[in-house]
Amino acid sequence: MGEARQINTGTHFMMGNQACAEGVIAAGCGFAAGYPITPASEVFNALAKQLPKAGGTLLQTEDEISAVCAAIGASWAGLKSFTVTSGPGISLMQENIGLAVATETPLVIVDVQRLGPSTGVPSVGMAGDMVQVARGSHGDYQIIAICPESPQEMFDMTVQAFNLAEEYRVPVFVMAEGFVGHMRERVVIPDESQIKLVHRKITQGGEPLTRRDFLDPEVAPMPVFGRGLKTHVTSSCHDEYGMRNLSDPDVMHRYIMTPIEKILGKRDRIVEVEADHEGAKLVLVSYGVVSRSSRQAAAMARAAGLKVGTLRLKTAWPFPDKEVRAAAESADFILVLENNTGQMYPYIKAESAHACKIDFLGPQVLGQIHDPQYILAKIREIMK
Amino acid sequence: MSEKTHPLRKYMRPQVKKTTFCPGCGAGIITQALLRAIDELGLTMDDFVFVSGIGCSAWIPSPLFNADTLHTTHGRPIAFASGVKMGLPDKHVIVVSGDGDLSAIGGNHLIHAARRNIDMTVILVNNGIYGMTGGQTAPTTPHGLITITSPYGNAEHEFDISSLVTAAGASYVARWTAYHPRQMTKSIKKGIEKKGFAMIEAITQCPVQFGRVSKQGSAVNMMKNYKENGIRIEKAARMDASELLVKIVEGEFVDCDKPELISSSAAALQGPTGGSN
Repeated sequence: MGEARQINTGTHFMMGNQACAEGVIAAGCGFAAGYPITPASEVFNALAKQLPKAGGTLLQTEDEISAVCAAIGASWAGLKSFTVTSGPGISLMQENIGLAVATETPLVIVDVQRLGPSTGVPSVGMAGDMVQVARGSHGDYQIIAICPESPQEMFDMTVQAFNLAEEYRVPVFVMAEGFVGHMRERVVIPDESQIKLVHRKITQGGEPLTRRDFLDPEVAPMPVFGRGLKTHVTSSCHDEYGMRNLSDPDVMHRYIMTPIEKILGKRDRIVEVEADHEGAKLVLVSYGVVSRSSRQAAAMARAAGLKVGTLRLKTAWPFPDKEVRAAAESADFILVLENNTGQMYPYIKAESAHACKIDFLGPQVLGQIHDPQYILAKIREIMK
Repeated sequence: MSEKTHPLRKYMRPQVKKTTFCPGCGAGIITQALLRAIDELGLTMDDFVFVSGIGCSAWIPSPLFNADTLHTTHGRPIAFASGVKMGLPDKHVIVVSGDGDLSAIGGNHLIHAARRNIDMTVILVNNGIYGMTGGQTAPTTPHGLITITSPYGNAEHEFDISSLVTAAGASYVARWTAYHPRQMTKSIKKGIEKKGFAMIEAITQCPVQFGRVSKQGSAVNMMKNYKENGIRIEKAARMDASELLVKIVEGEFVDCDKPELISSSAAALQGPTGGSN
């Protein structure tokens, strides 16, 4: 089964969720699994029509647990694999997200977040899953999560997520929100030759259980199924050869630490921010769609002669600690803007409080994007 | 003296020197039935991917089998296997797991995979109890049996898993006890060759947990019970429900041919609606 590529090169006026589906196809995804859920359904709906014609396959599962498991299974079958959901689906997937981490499985999960807790409000966007994607499965681990702010980035970051998953053998989350999923804007899809793709390294021969298929901080080649490699994969504690080991404390330590170090050791290559705070006294820190309001508020403040900068976290996990620290150490005040009650705030505060004052500003009404005027009023209050 | 090797040893990982099964466990019989089926079909381990969940029988393919093996979370092997099969449609995908794994926590995946008629073979090892965790009541535990979690007698009723999976739409379903390994082997062969969802329910003795609480005792006594109370499905059809209470109905519950999921999807894409935009 070849790689699926049927790219809609051109300039479009497109919904974010559709742009995400275009990104899935442009990235060469071979398998997608999903279960209907608002506000993410349009992604899977589009793939149901487009992916089979682009050479991929698709399975609508009986629940999100099955969706993430099937995607992991297909990844071990050698395909770039994908699932898409919203917060309640992430909650159901959590146990097997841990399995994907433990078995070092490349996997892309798009989370079009919605207002919660519980069934909440399906059609209202809110960044409600920022911590649960990083900490929601039991045990200690490290994933990658990136935050699009526009339909264009729903395309770009979906492709990027596949590249990161393939390079690091790890689940990668695209942390969209209902707003960006349902927003319609200009989306430019480049020519196929302009879209850089990363493909996982695959084990080439060697005796099973003597090959180091797992627990390599430099990312071991993946011994995918179907090639006579006789691969042993278990989500239970295992050594470098994939063999279950439930008795050796050193193996247990490496089983937890190496997949974490694999990501944190490469954090400088993974983490991306947009920093625009040179000489700023106050820095607005944000991610996702809120960054659009943040930039607008900063522009208005600067026009009024206030030294305000912005720091946008394009990567949420691994956490951009150095970048936040640099902003805090150059400014007098950090104002954190999130469309929730402050999920990333404690992490930002931990890197800032030693160097400057810090405060949090949620939206006027949870589930609504910050009005730039409202941010500006807060800036004026702080800087007066 | 030349070293004697079991004729099925060649299918096992050379590094593996022991199993995790208790004395008297039926997992060894199931293991042999499965490997003998592969052997008799003339297939190699490279023709297969094995997927298992959590529980004693999930440790049959992982780590014993010298093949691609995926050992997963509790209840989910069929969900993982569905993705594996869709990625590798030319391989035989076999799930080996227990009654708790596949019919309790994973029951939803079992019936939906059967309904979809995705081409895979499930060996559901049914010992009527949670063995690995110490003898708790399972959905397959007989009504009234006293277990660790039913200290006053099991108030629930047991699943007839083979009938359930037949009703859900499987192409091939058979049930055999560990006393009937030849019939079981034959059914596993048919299951592997069946283009569609196949399940072989292997009723097996767990003397350490089930034997203790059921007062059936040793593995030998449990095998005697299978011998005396195993009854063919054709004969059972002519008997009253009261007569069947202590019986174990064995045989083929269904053997039919109908469109399989992956080939149907591929055909639909080429069909009248698939060709247009």
